[in-house]
Amino acid sequence: MSELLDLNLVEASKALKNKEISSLELTKAYLKSISDTCSLGAYLEIVEDKAISMAKESDKKLIDGTARPLEGIPIGIKDMFCTKDIKTTASSKILENFIPTYESTVTQNLWNDGAVILGKLSCDEFAMGSSNETAAKGNVINPWLKNKKMSPGGSSGGSAAAVAARSALAATGTDTGGSIRQPAAFCGITGLKPTYGRCSRWGIVAFSSSLDQAGPLTRTVSDAALMLNSMAGYDQKDSTSANLKMPDLMDYLDKGIKGKKIGIPKEYTQDGISEDIVKFYEKSIDWLRDEGAEIIPVSLPHTKYALPAYYIIAPAEASSNLARYDGVRYGARQEASSLDEMYELTRGNGFGDEVKRRIMIGTYVLSSGYYDAYYLKAQKVRRLIKEDFENVYKKVDYILTPSTPTTSFELGKKQDPLTMYLNDIFTVPASLAGLPGISLPVGLDKSGLPIGIQLIANSFDEAGLISTARVLEMSAGFNFIADGAAK
Amino acid sequence: MPNKDTIVDVPTVNKIARLSRLDIPEGNKESLTNDLNNILGFVAQLDEVDTSNVEPLASVTGHKLPLRSDDVNDGNIEDLVLKNAPESSSGFFVVPKVIE
Repeated sequence: MSELLDLNLVEASKALKNKEISSLELTKAYLKSISDTCSLGAYLEIVEDKAISMAKESDKKLIDGTARPLEGIPIGIKDMFCTKDIKTTASSKILENFIPTYESTVTQNLWNDGAVILGKLSCDEFAMGSSNETAAKGNVINPWLKNKKMSPGGSSGGSAAAVAARSALAATGTDTGGSIRQPAAFCGITGLKPTYGRCSRWGIVAFSSSLDQAGPLTRTVSDAALMLNSMAGYDQKDSTSANLKMPDLMDYLDKGIKGKKIGIPKEYTQDGISEDIVKFYEKSIDWLRDEGAEIIPVSLPHTKYALPAYYIIAPAEASSNLARYDGVRYGARQEASSLDEMYELTRGNGFGDEVKRRIMIGTYVLSSGYYDAYYLKAQKVRRLIKEDFENVYKKVDYILTPSTPTTSFELGKKQDPLTMYLNDIFTVPASLAGLPGISLPVGLDKSGLPIGIQLIANSFDEAGLISTARVLEMSAGFNFIADGAAK
Repeated sequence: MPNKDTIVDVPTVNKIARLSRLDIPEGNKESLTNDLNNILGFVAQLDEVDTSNVEPLASVTGHKLPLRSDDVNDGNIEDLVLKNAPESSSGFFVVPKVIE
């Protein structure tokens, strides 16, 4: 069993194509992993029968030579993606019995390329959170230092925990302000948020439509490249989908970074960032320099205003998007004698506290008399943040930053919403600018928790992002496995 | 933006809750008001930024919304549309009575 779990996605794919292993045995190994690690709470729904039948289908294709790029690879899906005939709750009580009658474009792309579904992964409710603690069914536990019950990060906490615990070979996530990159950093894995528009949003439960973007959580950079190859693509059903062909990312793994310019923004080394993270950030800079990159200090002067702008824009869009949960067309309903009372009770009872806070903030900043002062102001600041990046990308090819100001924290320790928001301080700016970013593990801190470093590329340069991340990955040589991972 | 701490009071929170169609239990209103004030106080730092000649940015895509021909390309899926409805009848969603 263990040898099967030791294979990363690229290795497993090769072994499948060489007929050294079958998808059925690989899938069964992962189903066993899921049951061995069930105390982590990563999965909300396990679809064993479907997994087995998809694996058998893949084995046929592997034998008859018609294997597709992800043929027979067992993966987990964040519960924000609608999956036809499989319960999709967005970790919310209001959707606890929702069974979509259609499939999201991104997951359909993955099935079309031969991937096998294991189940649906927990996340913060409606992807609103940074610790996976807002999930209606309770938090997920980070497989690192498992006895201490650390947060896996959020919102894609179940996805990150499952990949780190080896109960999924890879997983999908969504990232609005850091929801792929921050949990990837906390769980010692790779998380890639593509350029806004790269992956279709169709069939993904909407949180903040101008920011939401799907991406992969994987063990390695090459695994992320292979996953994103399948997930990305133009989709007519999403009006913000980019009609731009993405090159085969696997061709860019070993391009190196000789002569590339890496920007080091001075605004990302502020007070409050952990010493160990600073140490590994400096090491990462040295590693890239040693591999032939030119290191250039840069400034993104509006960085400090990214988080406040985000906490106006994202709740504003959320308050509008979540208006659809009205107890009429789908989702839970609380019976009441009048329509308005039915709405209020349904929504009051169906949404958790963090979601309610964001709906309230969003409604307030969009309300008459406050729209200009908050919402419009935030959109103006968003432009300044985007222009900061545009100016810097005239001088450099990539930007290197820490992924998070701290490593994972104990569950239940951060109760104040604002303190929680500060987790995303390094990931939110790239989200507001729509830029692709990747977090990869580069080392462990004193207590043995993973440290993530983030690379940000210019729009639609996922290929260069992969080349650069791969260099950093090779230099860091991070090969630790979480103590809570399946053996 | 107004000063921190005094941005919203409980009556304002009641009004926002009503606009949001959210039932907030009486016992939670004070802590919710505090949370909202903390968050609104935090975002108020945007006031420091001079945005006098800046156009708001609503979309980062840079492309125009695509148009398609106005053809029916879907339909006849009444059962699927109603499948997740809490209550439906004769092809309609059912809501509590709205006319006296």
